[in-house]
Amino acid sequence: MELHREPRPDAEFLMRDTTSHPLACTPAYKTSVLRSPKLALISLQQSLSEVTAPVFDASELGPNDNDLILNYAKDGLPIGERIVVHGYVHDQLGRPLRNALVEVWQCNASGRYRHKKDQYIGALDPHFGGCGRMLTDTNGYYAFRTIKPGPYPWRNRVNDWRPAHIHYAISGDGWVQRLVTQMYFEGDPLIRSCPILCVVPSEEQIRGLIALQDTGAFVPLDSRAYRFDIVLRGHRATLFENSVQQTPVDDDGPLPGRPEAGRTLSEGGSAATAASVEAP
Amino acid sequence: MKRETASQTAGPYVHIGLAPEAAGFHIFENNFGAVLVSPETKGERVRIEGRVFDGIGTVLKDVLIEIWQANAEGKYAHPADRQPGKHIDPHFRGWGRACTDFESGVYAFETVKPGPVEGRNGRVMAPHINAWIVARGINIGLNTRIYFSDEAEANAKDPVINLIEWEARRKTLIAERLDAEARNGAAVYRFDIRLQGENETVFFDV
Repeated sequence: MELHREPRPDAEFLMRDTTSHPLACTPAYKTSVLRSPKLALISLQQSLSEVTAPVFDASELGPNDNDLILNYAKDGLPIGERIVVHGYVHDQLGRPLRNALVEVWQCNASGRYRHKKDQYIGALDPHFGGCGRMLTDTNGYYAFRTIKPGPYPWRNRVNDWRPAHIHYAISGDGWVQRLVTQMYFEGDPLIRSCPILCVVPSEEQIRGLIALQDTGAFVPLDSRAYRFDIVLRGHRATLFENSVQQTPVDDDGPLPGRPEAGRTLSEGGSAATAASVEAP
Repeated sequence: MKRETASQTAGPYVHIGLAPEAAGFHIFENNFGAVLVSPETKGERVRIEGRVFDGIGTVLKDVLIEIWQANAEGKYAHPADRQPGKHIDPHFRGWGRACTDFESGVYAFETVKPGPVEGRNGRVMAPHINAWIVARGINIGLNTRIYFSDEAEANAKDPVINLIEWEARRKTLIAERLDAEARNGAAVYRFDIRLQGENETVFFDV
Protein backbone atom coordinates (compact mmCIF):
# COMPACT_ATOMS: atom_id res chain seq x y z
CA MET A 1 0.00 0.00 0.00
CA GLU A 2 1.23 3.44 -0.83
CA LEU A 3 -0.98 5.27 1.58
CA HIS A 4 1.92 7.24 2.96
CA ARG A 5 2.81 8.94 -0.29
CA GLU A 6 2.23 12.64 -0.21
CA PRO A 7 -1.30 13.28 -1.37
CA ARG A 8 -2.13 15.74 -4.11
CA PRO A 9 -3.31 18.84 -2.33
CA ASP A 10 -6.69 18.47 -3.99
CA ALA A 11 -7.01 14.80 -3.08
CA GLU A 12 -10.12 13.75 -1.25
CA PHE A 13 -10.27 13.00 2.44
CA LEU A 14 -11.30 9.61 3.75
CA MET A 15 -15.00 9.18 4.31
CA ARG A 16 -15.94 10.00 7.87
CA ASP A 17 -16.45 6.89 9.98
CA THR A 18 -19.53 7.92 11.90
CA THR A 19 -18.98 5.11 14.41
CA SER A 20 -16.05 7.11 15.78
CA HIS A 21 -18.38 9.83 17.05
CA PRO A 22 -21.43 10.26 19.25
CA LEU A 23 -24.78 10.16 17.48
CA ALA A 24 -26.48 13.53 17.01
CA CYS A 25 -29.29 12.65 19.42
CA THR A 26 -28.03 11.28 22.74
CA PRO A 27 -30.83 11.55 25.34
CA ALA A 28 -28.43 11.18 28.28
CA TYR A 29 -27.15 14.61 27.19
CA LYS A 30 -30.54 16.24 27.26
CA THR A 31 -29.83 19.37 25.22
CA SER A 32 -29.02 17.22 22.19
CA VAL A 33 -32.61 15.98 21.91
CA LEU A 34 -34.04 19.10 20.23
CA ARG A 35 -30.82 20.17 18.52
CA SER A 36 -30.17 17.02 16.50
CA PRO A 37 -31.26 16.61 12.88
CA LYS A 38 -33.85 13.84 12.53
CA LEU A 39 -33.38 13.36 8.79
CA ALA A 40 -30.42 11.56 7.30
CA LEU A 41 -27.41 13.64 6.34
CA ILE A 42 -26.96 13.89 2.57
CA SER A 43 -23.68 12.23 1.60
CA LEU A 44 -21.58 14.37 -0.65
CA GLN A 45 -18.58 13.42 -2.75
CA GLN A 46 -15.97 16.05 -2.04
CA SER A 47 -15.27 19.00 -4.30
CA LEU A 48 -12.94 21.97 -3.98
CA SER A 49 -15.38 23.34 -1.43
CA GLU A 50 -14.65 20.46 0.93
CA VAL A 51 -10.93 19.82 0.35
CA THR A 52 -9.82 23.42 0.81
CA ALA A 53 -9.79 25.36 4.08
CA PRO A 54 -8.53 28.64 5.48
CA VAL A 55 -4.77 29.03 5.71
CA PHE A 56 -3.34 30.63 8.84
CA ASP A 57 -0.09 32.37 9.51
CA ALA A 58 1.87 32.76 12.74
CA SER A 59 1.79 36.53 12.32
CA GLU A 60 -1.93 36.45 13.07
CA LEU A 61 -1.33 35.17 16.60
CA GLY A 62 0.19 36.99 19.54
CA PRO A 63 3.30 35.81 21.41
CA ASN A 64 1.33 34.81 24.54
CA ASP A 65 -1.66 33.35 22.78
CA ASN A 66 -0.63 29.81 23.82
CA ASP A 67 0.25 30.75 27.38
CA LEU A 68 -2.96 30.77 29.41
CA ILE A 69 -0.99 31.45 32.59
CA LEU A 70 0.21 34.77 31.25
CA ASN A 71 -2.18 35.85 28.50
CA TYR A 72 -4.75 37.40 30.84
CA ALA A 73 -2.62 37.96 33.94
CA LYS A 74 -2.65 41.55 35.19
CA ASP A 75 -0.48 42.14 38.27
CA GLY A 76 -0.31 38.55 39.48
CA LEU A 77 -0.64 34.94 38.41
CA PRO A 78 -3.74 32.76 38.18
CA ILE A 79 -4.43 30.32 41.02
CA GLY A 80 -4.32 26.58 40.47
CA GLU A 81 -2.15 23.71 39.28
CA ARG A 82 0.29 24.77 36.61
CA ILE A 83 0.34 22.33 33.70
CA VAL A 84 1.69 21.99 30.19
CA VAL A 85 -0.52 20.28 27.61
CA HIS A 86 1.16 19.08 24.47
CA GLY A 87 0.86 16.57 21.66
CA TYR A 88 0.72 15.96 17.94
CA VAL A 89 -1.96 16.47 15.34
CA HIS A 90 -1.85 13.75 12.66
CA ASP A 91 -4.25 12.59 10.03
CA GLN A 92 -5.65 9.07 10.01
CA LEU A 93 -2.79 7.91 7.78
CA GLY A 94 -0.20 9.15 10.23
CA ARG A 95 0.86 12.28 8.39
CA PRO A 96 1.59 15.29 10.59
CA LEU A 97 -0.79 18.22 10.16
CA ARG A 98 1.41 21.25 9.73
CA ASN A 99 0.22 24.76 10.45
CA ALA A 100 -3.08 23.51 11.83
CA LEU A 101 -4.89 26.07 13.98
CA VAL A 102 -5.52 24.68 17.47
CA GLU A 103 -7.83 26.77 19.66
CA VAL A 104 -8.48 25.83 23.30
CA TRP A 105 -10.78 27.11 26.02
CA GLN A 106 -11.59 26.08 29.58
CA CYS A 107 -12.85 27.16 32.98
CA ASN A 108 -10.49 28.18 35.76
CA ALA A 109 -9.29 26.12 38.74
CA SER A 110 -12.60 26.61 40.58
CA GLY A 111 -14.73 25.46 37.68
CA ARG A 112 -15.87 28.92 36.58
CA TYR A 113 -15.82 30.16 33.01
CA ARG A 114 -15.05 33.75 32.11
CA HIS A 115 -18.29 34.11 30.18
CA LYS A 116 -21.15 36.48 30.69
CA LYS A 117 -23.63 33.59 30.75
CA ASP A 118 -21.84 31.46 33.37
CA GLN A 119 -23.56 31.91 36.75
CA TYR A 120 -21.73 29.23 38.73
CA ILE A 121 -20.82 30.23 42.28
CA GLY A 122 -17.16 29.23 41.78
CA ALA A 123 -15.03 32.37 41.82
CA LEU A 124 -13.64 34.09 38.77
CA ASP A 125 -9.88 34.46 38.77
CA PRO A 126 -8.87 38.01 37.86
CA HIS A 127 -5.71 36.70 36.25
CA PHE A 128 -7.20 33.95 34.14
CA GLY A 129 -9.01 34.35 30.82
CA GLY A 130 -9.26 30.72 29.81
CA CYS A 131 -8.48 30.64 26.11
CA GLY A 132 -5.47 30.12 23.91
CA ARG A 133 -4.51 29.29 20.35
CA MET A 134 -1.50 28.11 18.40
CA LEU A 135 -0.38 26.64 15.10
CA THR A 136 1.21 23.21 14.87
CA ASP A 137 4.83 23.08 13.72
CA THR A 138 6.20 21.07 10.80
CA ASN A 139 5.90 17.87 12.85
CA GLY A 140 2.29 18.58 13.78
CA TYR A 141 3.36 19.40 17.33
CA TYR A 142 1.56 21.86 19.57
CA ALA A 143 2.01 22.89 23.20
CA PHE A 144 0.43 25.32 25.59
CA ARG A 145 0.70 26.19 29.25
CA THR A 146 -2.30 26.63 31.50
CA ILE A 147 -3.93 26.09 34.88
CA LYS A 148 -5.65 22.76 35.34
CA PRO A 149 -9.40 23.39 35.03
CA GLY A 150 -11.73 22.34 37.84
CA PRO A 151 -14.85 20.20 37.58
CA TYR A 152 -18.23 21.95 37.84
CA PRO A 153 -21.92 21.10 38.14
CA TRP A 154 -24.23 21.66 35.18
CA ARG A 155 -27.92 21.49 34.45
CA ASN A 156 -28.60 18.06 33.06
CA ARG A 157 -29.49 15.79 35.94
CA VAL A 158 -29.27 17.59 39.29
CA ASN A 159 -25.99 16.04 40.34
CA ASP A 160 -24.25 15.92 37.00
CA TRP A 161 -20.73 17.30 37.16
CA ARG A 162 -18.47 17.79 34.20
CA PRO A 163 -15.08 16.15 34.66
CA ALA A 164 -12.21 18.61 34.33
CA HIS A 165 -11.76 19.22 30.61
CA ILE A 166 -10.30 21.52 28.00
CA HIS A 167 -12.23 22.30 24.82
CA TYR A 168 -10.42 22.08 21.48
CA ALA A 169 -11.24 23.34 18.00
CA ILE A 170 -8.86 22.24 15.24
CA SER A 171 -8.69 23.47 11.67
CA GLY A 172 -6.63 21.36 9.26
CA ASP A 173 -5.91 21.30 5.53
CA GLY A 174 -9.48 20.72 4.39
CA TRP A 175 -12.87 22.00 5.49
CA VAL A 176 -13.98 18.41 6.18
CA GLN A 177 -11.24 18.04 8.81
CA ARG A 178 -12.75 20.71 11.06
CA LEU A 179 -13.20 19.17 14.50
CA VAL A 180 -14.38 20.30 17.91
CA THR A 181 -13.70 18.07 20.87
CA GLN A 182 -12.81 18.00 24.56
CA MET A 183 -9.78 16.67 26.38
CA TYR A 184 -10.08 15.01 29.80
CA PHE A 185 -7.52 14.19 32.47
CA GLU A 186 -6.34 10.69 33.40
CA GLY A 187 -7.65 9.52 36.76
CA ASP A 188 -10.64 11.86 37.05
CA PRO A 189 -13.44 9.90 38.81
CA LEU A 190 -16.11 11.97 37.04
CA ILE A 191 -15.12 10.70 33.60
CA ARG A 192 -17.12 7.48 33.74
CA SER A 193 -20.41 9.14 34.58
CA CYS A 194 -20.22 12.12 32.22
CA PRO A 195 -23.26 12.15 29.90
CA ILE A 196 -21.33 14.13 27.29
CA LEU A 197 -18.32 11.80 27.20
CA CYS A 198 -20.14 8.51 27.72
CA VAL A 199 -22.10 8.90 24.50
CA VAL A 200 -18.86 8.40 22.57
CA PRO A 201 -19.56 4.96 21.13
CA SER A 202 -16.50 2.93 22.07
CA GLU A 203 -14.05 2.53 24.90
CA GLU A 204 -11.21 3.08 22.44
CA GLN A 205 -12.65 6.40 21.33
CA ILE A 206 -13.29 7.51 24.92
CA ARG A 207 -9.70 6.67 25.83
CA GLY A 208 -8.60 8.79 22.91
CA LEU A 209 -10.05 11.84 24.67
CA ILE A 210 -8.27 11.26 27.98
CA ALA A 211 -4.86 12.90 28.27
CA LEU A 212 -2.21 10.93 30.13
CA GLN A 213 0.12 12.48 32.64
CA ASP A 214 3.48 12.79 30.89
CA THR A 215 6.18 12.80 33.54
CA GLY A 216 8.93 13.10 30.94
CA ALA A 217 7.66 16.53 30.01
CA PHE A 218 7.30 17.89 33.55
CA VAL A 219 8.98 21.24 34.03
CA PRO A 220 11.10 20.72 37.18
CA LEU A 221 9.79 22.58 40.23
CA ASP A 222 7.22 24.33 38.03
CA SER A 223 4.59 22.35 36.10
CA ARG A 224 3.24 18.89 35.45
CA ALA A 225 2.49 17.87 31.87
CA TYR A 226 -0.26 16.06 29.98
CA ARG A 227 -0.04 14.53 26.54
CA PHE A 228 -2.98 14.77 24.14
CA ASP A 229 -2.70 13.66 20.52
CA ILE A 230 -5.35 14.42 17.94
CA VAL A 231 -6.26 12.55 14.75
CA LEU A 232 -8.05 14.33 11.92
CA ARG A 233 -9.59 12.87 8.75
CA GLY A 234 -7.01 11.24 6.46
CA HIS A 235 -5.90 12.85 3.22
CA ARG A 236 -5.84 10.13 0.59
CA ALA A 237 -2.69 9.67 -1.46
CA THR A 238 -3.06 9.33 -5.21
CA LEU A 239 -3.44 5.61 -4.94
CA PHE A 240 -6.42 5.84 -7.23
CA GLU A 241 -7.55 8.81 -9.22
CA ASN A 242 -9.33 10.77 -6.57
CA SER A 243 -8.64 14.43 -7.19
CA VAL A 244 -11.64 16.67 -7.21
CA GLN A 245 -10.79 18.84 -10.22
CA GLN A 246 -9.75 18.21 -13.80
CA THR A 247 -6.89 20.67 -13.97
CA PRO A 248 -3.71 18.63 -13.82
CA VAL A 249 -1.29 19.16 -11.00
CA ASP A 250 2.40 18.84 -11.87
CA ASP A 251 3.59 16.21 -9.41
CA ASP A 252 7.18 17.40 -9.68
CA GLY A 253 6.55 21.09 -9.20
CA PRO A 254 6.59 22.30 -5.63
CA LEU A 255 3.28 23.63 -4.49
CA PRO A 256 3.25 26.51 -2.12
CA GLY A 257 3.23 25.26 1.42
CA ARG A 258 0.61 26.51 3.77
CA PRO A 259 2.78 29.08 5.54
CA GLU A 260 3.82 30.70 2.27
CA ALA A 261 0.25 30.87 1.07
CA GLY A 262 -0.72 32.35 4.42
CA ARG A 263 1.88 35.07 4.13
CA THR A 264 0.60 35.92 0.69
CA LEU A 265 -2.80 36.53 2.19
CA SER A 266 -1.90 38.28 5.37
CA GLU A 267 0.69 40.59 3.88
CA GLY A 268 -1.51 41.70 1.07
CA GLY A 269 0.18 39.47 -1.49
CA SER A 270 2.54 40.59 -4.20
CA ALA A 271 1.85 39.76 -7.82
CA ALA A 272 4.80 37.38 -7.73
CA THR A 273 3.53 35.26 -4.85
CA ALA A 274 0.01 35.23 -6.20
CA ALA A 275 1.40 34.07 -9.55
CA SER A 276 3.37 31.29 -7.90
CA VAL A 277 0.15 29.92 -6.48
CA GLU A 278 -1.19 29.84 -10.03
CA ALA A 279 1.86 28.25 -11.65
CA PRO A 280 1.17 24.87 -13.21
CA MET B 1 -5.48 3.08 10.09
CA LYS B 2 -6.16 5.37 13.00
CA ARG B 3 -9.63 6.51 13.92
CA GLU B 4 -10.52 10.18 13.82
CA THR B 5 -10.56 11.71 17.31
CA ALA B 6 -14.13 11.65 18.63
CA SER B 7 -16.12 14.84 18.34
CA GLN B 8 -17.57 16.50 21.43
CA THR B 9 -19.99 19.38 21.76
CA ALA B 10 -18.56 22.88 21.66
CA GLY B 11 -20.68 23.60 24.74
CA PRO B 12 -22.41 26.79 25.87
CA TYR B 13 -19.19 28.72 26.31
CA VAL B 14 -17.71 28.18 22.86
CA HIS B 15 -17.34 31.97 22.63
CA ILE B 16 -14.50 31.97 25.14
CA GLY B 17 -12.26 30.07 22.81
CA LEU B 18 -13.44 31.17 19.38
CA ALA B 19 -14.92 34.62 19.98
CA PRO B 20 -13.80 35.90 23.39
CA GLU B 21 -15.14 39.39 22.77
CA ALA B 22 -18.61 37.84 22.56
CA ALA B 23 -17.98 36.04 25.86
CA GLY B 24 -17.41 39.47 27.36
CA PHE B 25 -13.67 40.00 27.61
CA HIS B 26 -10.73 41.22 25.60
CA ILE B 27 -7.66 39.01 25.36
CA PHE B 28 -6.33 38.64 21.80
CA GLU B 29 -5.02 41.52 19.76
CA ASN B 30 -6.29 39.94 16.54
CA ASN B 31 -9.74 38.39 16.63
CA PHE B 32 -11.32 36.18 13.99
CA GLY B 33 -14.76 37.50 13.18
CA ALA B 34 -17.76 37.84 10.93
CA VAL B 35 -16.45 40.55 8.59
CA LEU B 36 -14.65 38.85 5.71
CA VAL B 37 -14.14 41.95 3.59
CA SER B 38 -11.85 44.96 3.69
CA PRO B 39 -12.29 48.05 1.49
CA GLU B 40 -9.91 46.56 -1.10
CA THR B 41 -11.76 43.25 -1.47
CA LYS B 42 -13.12 42.68 -4.97
CA GLY B 43 -16.73 41.71 -5.49
CA GLU B 44 -20.35 42.41 -4.68
CA ARG B 45 -20.85 43.10 -0.97
CA VAL B 46 -23.41 40.87 0.67
CA ARG B 47 -24.66 40.47 4.19
CA ILE B 48 -25.82 36.97 5.17
CA GLU B 49 -28.00 36.96 8.25
CA GLY B 50 -30.43 34.67 9.94
CA ARG B 51 -31.38 32.71 13.00
CA VAL B 52 -31.05 29.11 14.14
CA PHE B 53 -34.07 27.15 15.40
CA ASP B 54 -34.34 23.94 17.40
CA GLY B 55 -36.88 21.15 16.88
CA ILE B 56 -39.79 23.07 18.41
CA GLY B 57 -38.99 26.42 16.82
CA THR B 58 -37.05 28.00 19.66
CA VAL B 59 -34.56 30.63 18.52
CA LEU B 60 -31.11 29.53 19.71
CA LYS B 61 -28.80 32.15 21.17
CA ASP B 62 -25.64 30.16 21.83
CA VAL B 63 -24.68 29.00 18.35
CA LEU B 64 -21.39 29.56 16.53
CA ILE B 65 -21.29 29.42 12.74
CA GLU B 66 -18.24 29.42 10.52
CA ILE B 67 -18.27 29.99 6.79
CA TRP B 68 -15.75 29.17 4.07
CA GLN B 69 -16.16 30.39 0.54
CA ALA B 70 -14.52 31.18 -2.77
CA ASN B 71 -13.84 34.78 -3.76
CA ALA B 72 -15.79 36.83 -6.30
CA GLU B 73 -14.01 35.01 -9.16
CA GLY B 74 -14.92 31.64 -7.70
CA LYS B 75 -11.47 30.75 -6.40
CA TYR B 76 -10.57 29.48 -2.96
CA ALA B 77 -7.56 31.01 -1.23
CA HIS B 78 -5.91 27.62 -0.85
CA PRO B 79 -3.12 25.92 -2.81
CA ALA B 80 -5.35 23.00 -3.80
CA ASP B 81 -7.51 25.27 -5.97
CA ARG B 82 -5.92 25.01 -9.45
CA GLN B 83 -8.83 26.33 -11.48
CA PRO B 84 -7.31 27.94 -14.57
CA GLY B 85 -7.71 31.65 -15.19
CA LYS B 86 -8.88 32.50 -11.68
CA HIS B 87 -6.88 34.54 -9.21
CA ILE B 88 -6.57 34.74 -5.46
CA ASP B 89 -7.75 38.06 -4.09
CA PRO B 90 -5.03 39.04 -1.59
CA HIS B 91 -7.67 40.95 0.36
CA PHE B 92 -10.03 38.04 0.84
CA ARG B 93 -9.38 34.83 2.77
CA GLY B 94 -12.99 33.66 2.54
CA TRP B 95 -13.33 32.44 6.11
CA GLY B 96 -15.21 33.89 9.06
CA ARG B 97 -17.10 33.04 12.20
CA ALA B 98 -20.17 34.57 13.78
CA CYS B 99 -22.15 34.00 16.96
CA THR B 100 -25.89 34.24 17.26
CA ASP B 101 -26.73 37.28 19.37
CA PHE B 102 -27.51 36.52 23.03
CA GLU B 103 -30.67 38.66 22.85
CA SER B 104 -32.04 38.42 19.32
CA GLY B 105 -30.50 35.16 18.16
CA VAL B 106 -29.47 36.81 14.89
CA TYR B 107 -26.10 36.05 13.31
CA ALA B 108 -24.64 38.01 10.41
CA PHE B 109 -21.65 37.87 8.06
CA GLU B 110 -20.30 40.70 5.91
CA THR B 111 -18.75 39.17 2.84
CA VAL B 112 -18.79 39.13 -0.97
CA LYS B 113 -20.88 36.96 -3.19
CA PRO B 114 -18.66 34.08 -4.35
CA GLY B 115 -18.28 33.20 -8.01
CA PRO B 116 -19.13 29.74 -9.36
CA VAL B 117 -16.57 26.99 -8.65
CA GLU B 118 -15.61 23.95 -10.71
CA GLY B 119 -17.19 20.86 -9.20
CA ARG B 120 -16.48 17.21 -9.75
CA ASN B 121 -16.15 16.02 -13.34
CA GLY B 122 -16.01 19.61 -14.50
CA ARG B 123 -19.60 20.36 -13.53
CA VAL B 124 -19.91 23.93 -12.34
CA MET B 125 -21.26 24.53 -8.87
CA ALA B 126 -23.53 27.54 -8.37
CA PRO B 127 -22.20 30.29 -6.13
CA HIS B 128 -22.36 29.01 -2.58
CA ILE B 129 -20.90 29.41 0.88
CA ASN B 130 -20.01 26.44 3.07
CA ALA B 131 -21.27 26.69 6.63
CA TRP B 132 -20.40 24.73 9.77
CA ILE B 133 -22.54 24.97 12.88
CA VAL B 134 -21.59 24.10 16.45
CA ALA B 135 -23.31 24.73 19.78
CA ARG B 136 -24.26 23.25 23.09
CA GLY B 137 -26.29 20.11 22.34
CA ILE B 138 -24.66 19.54 18.94
CA ASN B 139 -22.40 16.51 19.37
CA ILE B 140 -20.73 16.83 16.00
CA GLY B 141 -20.50 19.97 13.85
CA LEU B 142 -23.17 20.28 11.16
CA ASN B 143 -22.22 21.07 7.57
CA THR B 144 -24.50 22.81 5.14
CA ARG B 145 -24.31 25.15 2.13
CA ILE B 146 -25.74 28.59 1.53
CA TYR B 147 -26.91 29.26 -2.05
CA PHE B 148 -28.42 32.51 -3.37
CA SER B 149 -32.05 33.06 -4.37
CA ASP B 150 -31.11 35.31 -7.30
CA GLU B 151 -29.06 32.53 -8.91
CA ALA B 152 -32.05 30.37 -9.80
CA GLU B 153 -30.64 29.27 -13.14
CA ALA B 154 -27.26 28.24 -11.73
CA ASN B 155 -28.92 26.62 -8.72
CA ALA B 156 -31.11 24.51 -11.01
CA LYS B 157 -27.96 22.99 -12.55
CA ASP B 158 -25.95 22.71 -9.35
CA PRO B 159 -24.70 19.14 -8.87
CA VAL B 160 -25.03 19.24 -5.09
CA ILE B 161 -28.54 20.71 -4.97
CA ASN B 162 -29.55 18.10 -7.52
CA LEU B 163 -28.25 15.31 -5.30
CA ILE B 164 -31.05 16.03 -2.88
CA GLU B 165 -33.72 13.63 -3.91
CA TRP B 166 -36.49 15.42 -2.00
CA GLU B 167 -37.05 18.55 -4.05
CA ALA B 168 -39.00 20.18 -1.24
CA ARG B 169 -35.87 20.14 0.91
CA ARG B 170 -33.67 21.95 -1.60
CA LYS B 171 -35.11 25.33 -0.67
CA THR B 172 -33.63 25.01 2.81
CA LEU B 173 -30.24 25.76 1.23
CA ILE B 174 -31.30 28.95 -0.54
CA ALA B 175 -30.65 32.29 1.14
CA GLU B 176 -33.41 34.74 0.24
CA ARG B 177 -32.34 38.09 -1.16
CA LEU B 178 -34.13 40.96 0.63
CA ASP B 179 -33.68 43.94 -1.68
CA ALA B 180 -35.74 46.17 0.58
CA GLU B 181 -33.24 45.68 3.38
CA ALA B 182 -30.05 46.42 1.48
CA ARG B 183 -27.77 48.57 3.61
CA ASN B 184 -24.35 50.18 3.28
CA GLY B 185 -24.25 49.04 -0.32
CA ALA B 186 -24.60 45.39 0.66
CA ALA B 187 -27.43 43.16 -0.48
CA VAL B 188 -28.98 41.34 2.46
CA TYR B 189 -29.72 37.63 2.26
CA ARG B 190 -31.63 35.78 4.95
CA PHE B 191 -30.52 32.25 5.73
CA ASP B 192 -32.31 30.60 8.65
CA ILE B 193 -31.15 27.22 9.88
CA ARG B 194 -33.56 24.65 11.29
CA LEU B 195 -31.75 21.94 13.18
CA GLN B 196 -34.74 19.64 13.37
CA GLY B 197 -38.43 19.37 12.56
CA GLU B 198 -40.50 21.09 9.90
CA ASN B 199 -38.33 22.31 7.02
CA GLU B 200 -35.25 20.83 8.64
CA THR B 201 -32.19 22.25 6.90
CA VAL B 202 -30.30 19.87 4.67
CA PHE B 203 -27.04 18.90 6.38
CA PHE B 204 -24.28 17.10 4.56
CA ASP B 205 -22.07 14.20 5.45
CA VAL B 206 -18.97 15.45 3.68
